[in-house]
Amino acid sequence: MKRYLRNTTLITLAIASLCCSSCKKDIIDRTQQYPALAPKALDMNADTWKPVLISDPGAFTVNAPDATNSPAYIADLNEIKGLQRSITDDQRAVVKYWSAGAVLRWNEIMRNLVAKHNLAPYQNVDGSYPAPSSSNPFAYPTFPFANPPYAARAYAYVSAAEYDALIAAYHFKKMYNRSAPYVNDPTIQALIPKSALPSYPSEDAVVEGAAVEMMKLLFPADVAYIEQQAQNERLYRMVAGANVRGELDAGESLGKQVADVFTARARTDKAGTAGGNQAYWTQLQTKTAARGEMYWISLETPKRPPMLPLFNKVKPFLFDTATVVALRPGPPYSTNSPEFKAQVAEVLNYSQHPTRANEELTAFWADGTATYTPAGHWNAIAADEFVKQNYSEVRWARNFALLNMAEMDAAIVCWDTKYAYFNPRPSQANDQIKTLTGVPNFPSYSSGHSNFSGAAATVLNYLLPDRGSKFTDMAQQAALSRLVSGIHTRQDIEVGLQTGNAVGQYAVQRAESDGAGITGN
Amino acid sequence: MKISTKHLFQCLLAIACILASVQRSSAQMDNDGIMIPKNYLCPGVMYGNSQWTNYWEGTYKRSNGNIGSLTSNMYSLMVTYGVTNNLIATVSLPYITTHSTAGTLHNQRGFQDVALNLKWKGLKFASGGSSFALFASVTASTPSSNYQADYLPLALGSHSTDFSGRAVFDYTFHKFFFTGSGAYMTRSNITIDRNSYYTNQLIYSNQVELPNMSDYNFRTGFRSKYFIAEGVADISTSLGGFDIRKNDMPFPSNRMNMTSLGANFRYRLKSFYNLEFTAGDDYVVAGRNVGQSNMIHGGLSYIFNLKGKESQVNYYKN
Repeated sequence: MKRYLRNTTLITLAIASLCCSSCKKDIIDRTQQYPALAPKALDMNADTWKPVLISDPGAFTVNAPDATNSPAYIADLNEIKGLQRSITDDQRAVVKYWSAGAVLRWNEIMRNLVAKHNLAPYQNVDGSYPAPSSSNPFAYPTFPFANPPYAARAYAYVSAAEYDALIAAYHFKKMYNRSAPYVNDPTIQALIPKSALPSYPSEDAVVEGAAVEMMKLLFPADVAYIEQQAQNERLYRMVAGANVRGELDAGESLGKQVADVFTARARTDKAGTAGGNQAYWTQLQTKTAARGEMYWISLETPKRPPMLPLFNKVKPFLFDTATVVALRPGPPYSTNSPEFKAQVAEVLNYSQHPTRANEELTAFWADGTATYTPAGHWNAIAADEFVKQNYSEVRWARNFALLNMAEMDAAIVCWDTKYAYFNPRPSQANDQIKTLTGVPNFPSYSSGHSNFSGAAATVLNYLLPDRGSKFTDMAQQAALSRLVSGIHTRQDIEVGLQTGNAVGQYAVQRAESDGAGITGN
Repeated sequence: MKISTKHLFQCLLAIACILASVQRSSAQMDNDGIMIPKNYLCPGVMYGNSQWTNYWEGTYKRSNGNIGSLTSNMYSLMVTYGVTNNLIATVSLPYITTHSTAGTLHNQRGFQDVALNLKWKGLKFASGGSSFALFASVTASTPSSNYQADYLPLALGSHSTDFSGRAVFDYTFHKFFFTGSGAYMTRSNITIDRNSYYTNQLIYSNQVELPNMSDYNFRTGFRSKYFIAEGVADISTSLGGFDIRKNDMPFPSNRMNMTSLGANFRYRLKSFYNLEFTAGDDYVVAGRNVGQSNMIHGGLSYIFNLKGKESQVNYYKN
């Protein structure tokens, strides 16, 4: 019995040491490592930059701030002092998180919501599919289905609204020229890098007001979550000593006013009817068959209606709808041609010889179900780069607006192409082709990933010229991932990159003349 | 140690004539009450075939027209060695293929995780017709190839390095037995091919934390020198993780729970006593974020004494 006890102890110790040697390391989320934003330049002329939708910043209402010797302002300062005297660890964590930048964090919040909602609806008992409804967003399927075009549009609206709101904010900042609380009262500590930018209205609250108001429309089932983020951000500005309550209220109000211009556009931009109906879906087939071509059919079981066949009608940001048609590439190889068969044969060859490297490439760029979509991936790539640039908030917003208007317009042009030709997937043309990731439920030509990536790389190449071929290489990898995974033919990805680049050029042209320049001032 | 030509030949013969074998059911298992004597070696080959059509998406049970029926085949090599009369070591390595009957997703194949199990008999009482034994069993496993974990439901495994500790008690009364065991398994973080993923929020990392697991296993039946027939119940539980959302894809850190019931048979011939046949079936009766699989398995193993001298000892004693 004694020997037994001794042995048991030894074994227990052995198990304990084994368990310990496999102790888990905490997952390090790279976005939590971002440092506090310390802009290199204030971009004081941002009130003269070219906005997206608004025309006259002075047309919005921002009441004059309380005088710095008024009882109201002193009460606001006392609120900060009270918060700073009893600051909690949770509040410090909120400060650390939000100090990386308002535009950056709201972009991440939106990526989070896109990933949450990027789930295709489950079928009804009869094999049909329900559609999400914005008027009843909580009923299954919850609104929205944040698929790639929906997501690209959402990123564009929120980014552009934040940008215009900041332009307006600069107008009022210069008009009222109020210093930060830590300048007006030296007993208030600045828990973040100090800034000489006038603090009324708060640039963080302007971004928050614009983002919240836009996202109420785009993600109506998540308003409570969105409002919680907004409260955290406002708390951060006060705890950090960066803004008093009055500056936050004024900023939030201005952000909401500017967002109203954008929500009005979004309600009438034809995205709401992009899903089409059975008659239109059938018409796509008959028209394609009439041209003597094999038409696209859903590879899902039960067959799912094609994704947003009328997204081509959505109003673009960078050009007009006539340009959408002008940017449409020529037709793909006829599905009866030897060239098409050769293209499919190349895909089959990749499918029959999957390599670990191709699996890795595919998974990295797949951006499918429950992800932030390809446009979101390029937002993440851009964010990792922008963090290194120490942009002002307004330049952050402008650069994200350029990127995301290009992504949305690339989605419009790509979807126009897809439904103009209604071209089958390689795995439809040859059912021997098995894929390394899920096949999207829309026509093949041209590749969405390639359009998104071409457009994004073109914009980022312009904004960050010192990165060499980094973004072009990434775009080519993204496009290639769709060929080696069996999702697309070579013509799909090559043409997709070209079209995406062409759309991106419109954003570059805009950037060249918007008054911001590449570096801050 | 010296292996005679005769034994090598017999061993090769045994392996060569195998038609079918196992995944979980092996010649020696971490959750049974059976040992082999010192200096004995027992190589074996196992085959398992697992299939499911229905799966649990969280707690919602459904089928999926884009998967159809999902089949896994497992071909496993294993060797057990009697280090002492109270300590055995088993090494195993499975080769796995997976494929689905519907949808377009590519199948997978490859070597999965190499595992080492040490089982130690710490205590035994015998009195009259009954005996009681306690065992401690530890297992370490680690991927033997660079297979893709983030490719469920077709992935070969979770690609984690796992350690588990199990306590086993075994009671026999004449030829009837009952074995119960409980295990705790820690699983390492894994690295996936993308640098962000959604659980209940987006995480910007290529590292994924897998939940640890517990497992309870109960086996009871008849055990003689030549034959074992047992019923098996197994309850495997993730201690964390998240549910698959409606119509989402599965993910390695899902909360995967499984309760299975099965039957298992092991048999030795009097005339060719070194050889053991095993066969069995396990069926998942309840689950969460897993397929409702039915797994048939069979195996063949060959036991011999490395010192050359052997008698027909009862290998099925605890």
